Amino acid sequence: MAITAPDNEKAGAAGRHPSAGHRGTALFRIYAIINKQFSSEALFVMLTFRKGLKDGIPIALGYISVSFAFGMLAVEKGLPLWSPILLSITNFTGTGQFAGIDLISANAGLPEVIFTLLVINIRYMLMSLSLSQKLVRTMPVWQRMVLAFGNTDEIFGVCIRQSEPLPMRYMMGIILCSYSGWNAGTVLGVLASSALPSMVRAALGITLYAMFIAIIVPPARDSKPIMKVILFSVLLSCLFAYVPLISSLGSGWRITICGVISAGLAAWLFPLDIKDSGDEQEAAG
Amino acid sequence: MSYTKILLVIFVMALCTYLPRMLPLALFRKQIRNRYISSLLCYLPYGILAAMVFPDIFGSTASLISGIAGTAVALILAYHKKGLLPVAVSACITVFITERILELTGML
Repeated sequence: MAITAPDNEKAGAAGRHPSAGHRGTALFRIYAIINKQFSSEALFVMLTFRKGLKDGIPIALGYISVSFAFGMLAVEKGLPLWSPILLSITNFTGTGQFAGIDLISANAGLPEVIFTLLVINIRYMLMSLSLSQKLVRTMPVWQRMVLAFGNTDEIFGVCIRQSEPLPMRYMMGIILCSYSGWNAGTVLGVLASSALPSMVRAALGITLYAMFIAIIVPPARDSKPIMKVILFSVLLSCLFAYVPLISSLGSGWRITICGVISAGLAAWLFPLDIKDSGDEQEAAG
Repeated sequence: MSYTKILLVIFVMALCTYLPRMLPLALFRKQIRNRYISSLLCYLPYGILAAMVFPDIFGSTASLISGIAGTAVALILAYHKKGLLPVAVSACITVFITERILELTGML
């Protein structure tokens, strides 16, 4: 706004002096160019640290309930009080940590720990690969390595909703907010082993799943290929979960296989036009 | 398990979680120009998230019926493009109310 104000004065003066008028329009053009640049930058400015923190709030709320249950379960399984807290600080993952306390309480060997965790976490490779295409292109490797720590299912889910390239500050906001919720929930769960009545906990169990539905359904409404990916993946996933022989496969494999098959088929049947940015918008159109 | 072994297991777990997250992000810095791969990466989040939600969501609550009720409410609200928080909170409240009704009718 401050930039357009002197611009109007020049336009007013243009009527009296032809020479000044030329200068006026030239200046006007420069101002217009500057303004245009500002407004195209404004798209990036929207994804601020604060916006990241705000987008992290629903994740943090969901996390508190999940990690609360995690902290309680770990104590019930007889683990030392510090271990679930240390697990949450160093791992920052749901499924892996729940499996981890089972492994620790069962006195499992290291090879078993490694195998189980890799199977559960293989989906992160796909998510990170997908996220690598959404980040600001110029982001240095060390920043990518820092935010990789926070590429959880939920943060990834919220990030893919953004149509603009994701800057580091936005990623830090969303990660810090969610990470705080995850660790606060763990500590609370460890300290107050039964502070929340079980009927409230049962109701909170659906939080993160409902959030995922809110992430995937709106784009599916606008894009038939996305709708088909989702329906096919759900069908496959239910098949994997309920059909006797293949249901023995862990959830890590199930999610990875269903995701790759459904997206792979869709990429073959409904390939997208490549654009420099905003693949999501292309899919939604 | 001894404290040192628990520490070791936690450290190994952290590594097994961080590496799969970090390697693709650090290695794939350029935009992928291949049409098939970039389409795949665009569809992948939806395939993965869908498989993550179903059928697990039905078992995330105290009873299958409340799980289905919560899922239905989440689907309807999400279809009308409500935000993450309204959808999540509404699903929780639906589950809570359904479970209280089930309790009263002796089904839970």
